Amino acid sequence: MTTVELSSLSVASLRGDRGRLRKERLVRSLFLGAATLSIVISALIVFSLIREAMTFITEVEWATVWSSGWFPRRGLYDVKTIFVGSLLVTVIAMAVAAPIGMGSAIYLSEYARPRVRKVLKPILEVLAGIPSVVLGFFALTFVSPELIQRFSEGTTQANLAAAGIGVGILTIPLIASISEDAMRSVPDALREASYGMGARKVTTSVKVVIPAAVSGLVAAGIVAVSRAIGETMVVFIAAGGTGVFTTDPLRPGLTMTAAMAAQASGTDQVRGQALTFQSLFFVGLLLFVITLCLNLVADRFVRRVRQRY
Amino acid sequence: MSVLAPAAPAPQTADAVRRRLTSGRADVAGVVFRSILGLAIVLTLAILIVLITDVVTGGWTVLSSRLGDFLTGELALSAERSGVYQGLIGSLYIGIFVVVLAFPIGIGAAIYLEEYAPKSRFTRVIDINIRNLAGVPSVVYGILGFAIFVKSLSSLSGGATPIAAGVTLAILVLPIVIITSAEAIRAVPDSIREAGFGVGATRWEVVRSHVLPYAAPGILTGTVLSLARALGEAAPLILIGAVTGRLGTFGGPVTEQLQEKFTAMPIVITAWAGRPNADFQALTAAAIVILLAVVLLFNTGAILLRNRYERRR
Repeated sequence: MTTVELSSLSVASLRGDRGRLRKERLVRSLFLGAATLSIVISALIVFSLIREAMTFITEVEWATVWSSGWFPRRGLYDVKTIFVGSLLVTVIAMAVAAPIGMGSAIYLSEYARPRVRKVLKPILEVLAGIPSVVLGFFALTFVSPELIQRFSEGTTQANLAAAGIGVGILTIPLIASISEDAMRSVPDALREASYGMGARKVTTSVKVVIPAAVSGLVAAGIVAVSRAIGETMVVFIAAGGTGVFTTDPLRPGLTMTAAMAAQASGTDQVRGQALTFQSLFFVGLLLFVITLCLNLVADRFVRRVRQRY
Repeated sequence: MSVLAPAAPAPQTADAVRRRLTSGRADVAGVVFRSILGLAIVLTLAILIVLITDVVTGGWTVLSSRLGDFLTGELALSAERSGVYQGLIGSLYIGIFVVVLAFPIGIGAAIYLEEYAPKSRFTRVIDINIRNLAGVPSVVYGILGFAIFVKSLSSLSGGATPIAAGVTLAILVLPIVIITSAEAIRAVPDSIREAGFGVGATRWEVVRSHVLPYAAPGILTGTVLSLARALGEAAPLILIGAVTGRLGTFGGPVTEQLQEKFTAMPIVITAWAGRPNADFQALTAAAIVILLAVVLLFNTGAILLRNRYERRR
């Protein structure tokens, strides 16, 4: 080891050489650039949506926006048709995913032994990784004939209910993982206090853990709704894609997302009558605003859980 | 002091407690609740098993009789001659763009947010912005890709080409890469950083030699999961203009291939799923098996890797 004469050491020799500091500054600004890029992306998304959507909003005859059916190539842009379609699919999806997802979450967080958990959690993550086109095909060729057509004769193979169940399956892992996180962040002291009072496991889970984690559970629900509204491929493949207004989930229909995909895939270019092209952006903007609001609200709820524990 | 001594329980309370503890009455509500929860988890597993068996049996005839042809054949009008080669190539290009663009930018942004960023309003804005970007529906990213990369920058991308698709999907998974990498970096104990600073390293030297190696398994898991997500995504590609007819030949040099019309595995699946013909249903199932094999291989690999390293620490 070389010894350093303390008397010869000055502040300058601790400062590091200029080359290293220059490199440090360069690296820092590169990383800052990478982080700032996300803001540029957001700005580009909003810009590209609004530019064409404004043309639609200023030029469209508003009677055609509240007419009968979504047929952009014929100049009929009935927003309520696709909005109701999205709503039906979302409600069905939540009816499927909320009980199964939250039930799985409570089981994993409160009941499953660590070894069982270690096996089950990765399986849930595998389910989360299945691409939505696959669930679309599954909804069309399995869920529809095996579940829906069997119980309701004369239903077409492609219908909103099948798509809704498909979207529901897609959101089960999402709900399960957010809910489980919320319940596991409830401190054990609360559970022990409950057991100490002589409460049973079911009482502890239902009356102590779930109320303590309720913000997280609500957040899970909202994120899942946002995801279900934004889901495109399952609906595009399994819902039938006719723009006739319907409130009956057993009939084929259209959602906001599927309307966009259908329009874009109709010809290899997004092109058509007068405002057909711009209507795509208008629906996109609507979808963006709805999901953004839902995500912001969900974020609030998640934060509340984090702050409390 | 006698005030603080617990009062002796009334004899009937003690009796009630004793009866309660020794009666051995079945916990009906508990059993019912537990079985409902068990049913939920069994249903989840059943769905996964049914889904995988359904596509494997559906695609089995194609996969077992002509797997080689199916992988190397091009899209055709007749089901017997159709293959997924063009879809595989398109997905490969998309995967490369994601690896080259989203991974370094995403990890860089995560390093900035966790290691460099001051606690300022600007940092908070970036943070919130990234979380919101992660929640934007994929079809909206398709609009971004169409308006910016296909139309506005068509001189660079050449229109609806693998370039436009790759860049769009890289942007789509960027927030996921940032969020998962930031989590992995946050989990690195401060003592490791302090050891580096203690011997006079600059921040970047600490990050490169101490933080990144420690966080590598977590970062790798997040990036692989996001790659799998990009390979399975179809909605943005439809908006950008992926096609299933009149494709490029993918025969020429790579620079030319990147300027051609393209398709990708999820797009091929979507197009085939729309045909009622039973032969094409079998083809769809076979293509799904191929896509699932790739995506699930990536996913399980990443998850196993993370679990292994988590256990070690």
